[in-house]
Amino acid sequence: MHKSEHKKETLIRIAKRDDLARSKAVCIRLLAVILSLVICGIIIVVLTGLNPFGVYQGIIDGAVGNKRRFWITIRESLILLLIAIGLTPAFKMRFWNIGAEGQILAGGIAAAALMIYQGESMSPWILFPLMLIASALAGLVWGLIPAIFKAIWNTNETLFTLMMNYIAMQVVNYCIILWETPKGSNTIGTINQASKAGWLPAIFGLDYGWMIILVALAAVVMYVYMKYSKQGFEITVVGSSENTANYSGMNVRKIILRTMAISGAICGLAGFMIVSGTAHTISTSTAGGRGFTAIIAAWMSKFNIAAMALISFFLVFMENGAVQIASQFNLNENASSIIIGVILFFLIGCEFFIDYQVKFGGMRKGGKNS
Amino acid sequence: MKETYAIELKNVTKCFGKVIANDQVNLNIKSGEILAILGENGSGKTTLMNILSGIYYPDKGQIFVGGKEVSIRSPKDSFDLGIGMIHQHFKLVDVITAAENIILGLPGKTILDMKSVTQEIDALTLKYGFELDPNEKIYNMPVSKKQTVEIVKMMYRGVNILILDEPTAVLTPQETETLFTVLKNMKEAGHSIIIITHKLKEVLSISDRVMVLRKGKYAGTVPTKEATESSLTEMMVGKKVELNIERPLPVGPEKRLEVRNLSCCNGENVKMLDKVTFTAKSGEILGIAGVAGSGQKELFEAIAGLQKIEEGEIILWSKEGKEENVTGMKVSEIKKNNIHFSFVPEDRLGMGLVGDMGMIGNMMLRSYRTGGFFFTDRRRPRKLAEDLVGKLGIVTPDVVTPVRKLSGGNVQKVLVGREISSNPEVLMVAYPVRGLDIHASHTIYHLLNEQKKNGSAVLCVAEDLDVLLELCDRIMVLCAGEVSGIVDARTAVKEEIGLLMTKAGGKHA
Repeated sequence: MHKSEHKKETLIRIAKRDDLARSKAVCIRLLAVILSLVICGIIIVVLTGLNPFGVYQGIIDGAVGNKRRFWITIRESLILLLIAIGLTPAFKMRFWNIGAEGQILAGGIAAAALMIYQGESMSPWILFPLMLIASALAGLVWGLIPAIFKAIWNTNETLFTLMMNYIAMQVVNYCIILWETPKGSNTIGTINQASKAGWLPAIFGLDYGWMIILVALAAVVMYVYMKYSKQGFEITVVGSSENTANYSGMNVRKIILRTMAISGAICGLAGFMIVSGTAHTISTSTAGGRGFTAIIAAWMSKFNIAAMALISFFLVFMENGAVQIASQFNLNENASSIIIGVILFFLIGCEFFIDYQVKFGGMRKGGKNS
Repeated sequence: MKETYAIELKNVTKCFGKVIANDQVNLNIKSGEILAILGENGSGKTTLMNILSGIYYPDKGQIFVGGKEVSIRSPKDSFDLGIGMIHQHFKLVDVITAAENIILGLPGKTILDMKSVTQEIDALTLKYGFELDPNEKIYNMPVSKKQTVEIVKMMYRGVNILILDEPTAVLTPQETETLFTVLKNMKEAGHSIIIITHKLKEVLSISDRVMVLRKGKYAGTVPTKEATESSLTEMMVGKKVELNIERPLPVGPEKRLEVRNLSCCNGENVKMLDKVTFTAKSGEILGIAGVAGSGQKELFEAIAGLQKIEEGEIILWSKEGKEENVTGMKVSEIKKNNIHFSFVPEDRLGMGLVGDMGMIGNMMLRSYRTGGFFFTDRRRPRKLAEDLVGKLGIVTPDVVTPVRKLSGGNVQKVLVGREISSNPEVLMVAYPVRGLDIHASHTIYHLLNEQKKNGSAVLCVAEDLDVLLELCDRIMVLCAGEVSGIVDARTAVKEEIGLLMTKAGGKHA
C-alpha cells in the first residue's frame, strides 16, 4: 500500500467521559437552553421578522401573565406530572407503556359515567371516592390487558398499548352517541352544568387545591414505593434484566402484571382529574396527547420526581405561551411547536455531551521523544 | 542495515477517558514468525489488536507495515494492508456454504463461477493442511470447522498478517493440535501470525517470540526458547507468583446431590441434556468439562430451578441424611424449603448481578424478601457488603457504586462472596475465573476450597482443563448433553478428557 504519505487530516473522535461533576452537568444543560433560545431567536427573526424578545415576552405573558393563566399552567402541569408519575414504574421496568392516552380516556369515561348517572342523586362524600376508585379501576383494566398478553404470550407491548389508545377513543365515540346533549350535537357538552355535581370543588380557597393534594400525594407515594419498597426493588431488577429477576426467584409475570396495574390506575386517575376537575365533559381529545408528552417528562427527568415536576411545568409553560403568541403576533400556533421542538432537541442532545467528550485533531506523534 | 518487519508498532498509546488501555506499546513481527501476545485480562491486548484492525485509532504512536509508516483508519484500510483478524465470535452467515462465506463481499466478475472458487479453496486447504469441504453449510459445522472457515477466508483474501484472538478457547485439546499444525504450515509459507492468548502452555508450544503486556504497558518481548511458564507469569504480573493450586483431600465425603436420568430441552426444543446421571459429594469439588454448549448451562439451571425438566430426578441428601426431592422446584420454592443452592452463573452481570445497582442492591437480590412486610431491609445487606469488601479485598469506591464499574475480578468476588455467604449445601460455579487475572483467580480457587472444607458439594464448570485437573477431585465430562465419563482428577490426563469431550473414548462411568 502506498498510502503512507498521509496529509494531516482533522479527525473527530468521541470518547466516553468518566463521571462528570454534577455542577458541570448542570452547566451543560443550562448552556443548551441558552443556545436553543438563541437559535429560536434566529429562526423567529428569519421567518417572521419579529423581535424575538417580544415573542419570548409573549410566551411568558401567555403562560403566567395573569392569575388565571398562572393557575391554568399550574393545573395542566399537575395533570401532566400525574401521568408521568403513572408511567414511571412501567418505564422503570422497561415496559414501554405508550398507552397512557387510552388509560386516561378509560379513567375519564368511568368518571363521566358516574357524573351523568349518579351525579345529582349521590352525596358528594360517596360520589367523589367512588369516581376516584372507578376511574383508577378503569385505567387499571386498560393497562392490564396488554400486560396480560405480554406476560403470557410475550406480545410487543409498544404496539399493544398504542392500539389500546385507539380502542379507547372508539369507546369514547360510542359514549358520545349514548350521552350526547343536546341530541344531534355529537358532543356531550358540559356535564351537570347547573348543579356542578361531580365537579372537583375548591379547597383552602384554591380552585385546584384537591389536584395539588392528589398529585403531591401520588408523587410522595411513588417516590417511596420505587425507592424503599420490595416491589419497587423488584421492578428495578426486572427492568435491568429478566434473567437476573428469574435467578433471584422473582415471579416476573406477576411483577409485570402488578406494575402495569399500578401504572394504568394512576393514568386512570389523571383521567378523573381532567374530567372532574377541568373539562367537566369528555371527548376523544380529552387526553389531548398528554399521554405522549408525559413520556418526555418521565424520561428526561430520568425518573427523578422533582425533575419530572420541573419538566412538566416547562412543557406546559411553553404550550400555554404558544397560544398567546399565536394571537398576539398573528403567528400560527405551530410556531411554538417549533420553539418547543428546538429546545427539546437541545436538551436531549446535550445529554450526549454529558456522557461523551469530543476531541478534535488526529494522532499526535509522541513517539520519538517520549 | 535495519531489519524490515512485516508489521511494527512504536510507542502506541490509546486512552479511554482516564483509562490508559495501551501505554507506549511496542510490537514487531517478521515474516514467517508466530508472535504470541500475552497479558492478563484488561492488560490491553484486545485494544492493541483493534488498533491494528482499524476499529480504534491510536492517540499517539506510529505503525509501520513493511517498513512504511501507515495510518489505519478503518477495517478496510487494515484489510488493504494485508492484516486479517479472527475474532473470538465468528462472523459467518449460517445458512450458506463455506465457499460462499469465503467470497462474501469480495468484488468479482458479473457471473459467479463457483467451481473455480471451490478449486481455489481446495488448493489453499491442501497447501496449509486444513480440513474443509467448501460446499458444507456453516450451520452443520462444529465450532472448530467454523474457525477453519474464518482462517481460509483470510487466506483466500490474500491476508499475510493473521491475528487470532483467543483461538483455542472453543477447542478441545485435539482440535488445538490441528490448529497449531496449520498455523505452523502457514508460518513456513512466510506468513506472520499474531496469537492472543492467556494459556501459557500454548504460548510455549506454538510461538517464536512472546510479547507481554502488563496493565496496558509494554512489559517486553522475549524469544519463546528462553521463556518458562513462571518467567512469563512474572512478566505478566510484575512479581513472582505461586502457580500451584491447593487441593486438600475431601474430608468425610457423603452423598449430597444426586441427579438421575436428567433430560432438558432449550427454548427451541433441542435436547440439551440427555439422561444425565451423577452424584456430587460433600467436601468435594466436582469439575464439569466439555466443549462450550454441551449442556453445562442447562445442567446448572435445572438444578437451580431455572430450567424446565423433561425427565429425571434431582435429589438432595441433607446433612442429616434426609432425602429431599427438588426436581422441578422453582427458585422461590427451593428458598422456601430452606435449601441453600448457590449458583454463580456464567453471565455475571446479565444474570447473577444487576450492573446498575451497587453492592447493597446486589446483596439484596438474594435476601430482599426477608425483613418487614412492605419495605426492604437495607441494613443487613449493607453489613454483608461491607464484610465482603473487607474479607475478599474487593476494590470499590463505595458499597453503593454500581457494580458494572468494578473490574471483572471484583465483580466476580461480589458474586461469589454473596453466593457463599449463605453456607450453601451445593455450590455451582460456571467459568468462575473467566476474565480474571492470576491473583483474582487464586482468590476464587481459595474460596471454592474453603466451601469444600465446609462440607459443600462444589460443582465447577470451566474451560481450562489444566485448571480443572489441578483444582477438582473428580471431573465429569459432558459431550452433546450426555455424560461421556467421570474421571479421577488426581490421575487423569488431559488427552483422556479431550477424547471424552468428543466422545471418542466411548462411555464409561
